[in-house]
Amino acid sequence: MNETPVIAVHDLTKTYAVGDIEVRALRGVSLQIPRGSFVALTGPSGSGKSTFMHLAGCLDRPTGGVYELNGRDVSRFSKRELAMVRNREIGFVFQGFNLLARTSAIENVELPMLYGPPVPARERHRRAAAALEAVGLGGRLDHHPNQLSGGQQQRVAIARALVNEPTLLLADEPTGNLDSRTSIEVMGIFQRLNAERGITIVLVTHEPDIAEYATRVIGFRDGRIRLDRRVLQRRDAGDELRKFDAQGEAA
Amino acid sequence: MSPITTLSIAVTALRRNAMRTALTALGMIIGVAAVIVMVAIGHGAQSSIESRIRSAGTNVVTISAGSNAFGPVRQGFGNTTTLTPEDARAITDDVPGIDYVSPGVNTRQQVVAEAANWNTQIQGAGADLPAIRAWSLEFGSFFTEQDVSRAEKVAVLGGIARDELFGPGTDPTGATIRIGNQPFRVTGVLARKGQAAMGPDQDDTVVVPYTTVQKKLLGITHLQSITLSVANGVSFQTVSPRITDLLRTRHGLAPEDPDDFSIRSLEEMATVLTSTTTTMTWLLASIAAVSLLVGGIGIMNIMLVSVTERTREIGLRLSVGARDFDVLLQFLVEAVVLSLTGGAIGVAAGFAASMAVSRIMGWTAVVTGDAVLMSFGFAAAVGVFFGFYPARKAAALDPIAALRYE
Ligand SMILES: Nc1ncnc2c1ncn2[C@@H]1O[C@H](COP(=O)(O)OP(=O)(O)OP(=O)(O)O)[C@@H](O)[C@H]1O
Ligand SMILES: [Mg+2]
Repeated sequence: MNETPVIAVHDLTKTYAVGDIEVRALRGVSLQIPRGSFVALTGPSGSGKSTFMHLAGCLDRPTGGVYELNGRDVSRFSKRELAMVRNREIGFVFQGFNLLARTSAIENVELPMLYGPPVPARERHRRAAAALEAVGLGGRLDHHPNQLSGGQQQRVAIARALVNEPTLLLADEPTGNLDSRTSIEVMGIFQRLNAERGITIVLVTHEPDIAEYATRVIGFRDGRIRLDRRVLQRRDAGDELRKFDAQGEAA
Repeated sequence: MSPITTLSIAVTALRRNAMRTALTALGMIIGVAAVIVMVAIGHGAQSSIESRIRSAGTNVVTISAGSNAFGPVRQGFGNTTTLTPEDARAITDDVPGIDYVSPGVNTRQQVVAEAANWNTQIQGAGADLPAIRAWSLEFGSFFTEQDVSRAEKVAVLGGIARDELFGPGTDPTGATIRIGNQPFRVTGVLARKGQAAMGPDQDDTVVVPYTTVQKKLLGITHLQSITLSVANGVSFQTVSPRITDLLRTRHGLAPEDPDDFSIRSLEEMATVLTSTTTTMTWLLASIAAVSLLVGGIGIMNIMLVSVTERTREIGLRLSVGARDFDVLLQFLVEAVVLSLTGGAIGVAAGFAASMAVSRIMGWTAVVTGDAVLMSFGFAAAVGVFFGFYPARKAAALDPIAALRYE
């Protein structure tokens, strides 16, 4: 059995220099996230959640400390190596979707494959279609972002994050721009990916009830971890959607 | 990323802003077309000058009296009287490699025919001048050696002189004209030659024996010039020093004295003129190249705008694993595709414009392969050069800053 955690950070710090002032966004974070986890990061605004996600997603390098991703210390990787790690091992989902405008759903999903090992066009198309199928958008391959609802756009973004089969899916406030029902749908997709494919998921959320879909909640405050708890009564998005629909019919 | 994918991303991005792309490409189109047209006109001028000089005979050498006279038909330098018909004879006899020699004395006089009169150049020449100049006759015949030795009052008309005196297309052979109040019999009309490479119109002339000009019109015994043709396979460079030596000796010049004559060949003039037109061509081309440069700056401007507009897109591409190099290449290829498309259309436009110039202006404009290759290569270079800075700017973006860009 492979017991290496997906994420293992030790005394991670990140300091931004803004003019003469130093902003210490992370002040020594240590934590381990085992394979197959579903972790929710919470905390007040400015507590360093996004900063942590950027470091975890290899979009930025820490000021200090060690970050081991799947057992490899990536904190001293070159830009080029980091790009490769982002491409193969990490999927990122953003609050604002960040889809390419005037570009079809399937082409958006194909994007990460353009920057990895060469994949023939037909195979690329097949994999992208499968990823869209997995998030329930099999019938919307050729829709452009402006022809899709917010929830659908976020699902395209999830398909894009999945398409290179990463071990780690990072989502920074993925439901921040969505209404409650659509949020539950998106959480449902995450739960299914986590359960069925064993993908490790780390998501940031402001909403306490969204955090309850995870199995573990980590609370940030002032650049440090202040809370790390197991979710005792985990919510099941599938069940809730069924309830939601039943309520709708009853009303 | 495969080259085809890179190219297709570039083309897609350019087509998304079709109007902007077209306007930016227009800068390149105008630049490339301008270079091609200018070079074509330059080449055209060059080849027409060359063909005119060649038609005048590149083996023709002219000796003019006086040290700094330029050209065989310049008026009013009669101060030097040392060049004589005996010099011409001596050259014929003593310098090997010479085919024909024609002594020359020119004047300008009023010529009177029955119904018209015309002020024109009277060219005094030997009987061999047509052989030297490769002249042919439209009507009649040229005067003979005998006419020359007897200083007969006979005249051969150039096309324009004939037109003015007798009317276009007429055959005045046998008619009488008066030059300086003396009657001359017309023996023929020269076929049209057109504008000389230098000097007056070759058709606006009346040719008479040089002896007649000397004795009957000017009352002199010296010559203004000697025109001769060099035999095939003999070069001006070998003939020229021999003539110089001969004339210096005959004129009794001391070693420190300057020549009292000057020797020129049409070949030499042709070289000078060709190098002048080459310089002109380059000048025109470099002026046109400035517009190519302006087109390049247009590309740079648009690429900078494009990079700013697409900052979030760049951030996203970086976040899904694009390397700096991929981003650099993406924007560079876009700039090059833009400049090359403009270049290709510009080549076509330049070709069309050159044709139009030839037709409308009556110039020959010659579109050469090197002009096309050069401007196309230049367009590519402009794309790379002006595309590089924006592309590097894009590649240097920080993923997070780019993703958060508003
Ligand atoms: N690029 C940057 N330059 C300077 N300071 C920064 C930068 N990015 C983040 N910070 C600072 O770091 C601290 C943590 O920011 P971060 O974005 O991680 O907070 P957050 O927990 O994600 O907040 P929110 O819940 O509002 O998204 C903040 O004080 C922020 O101002
Ligand atoms: Mg944040």
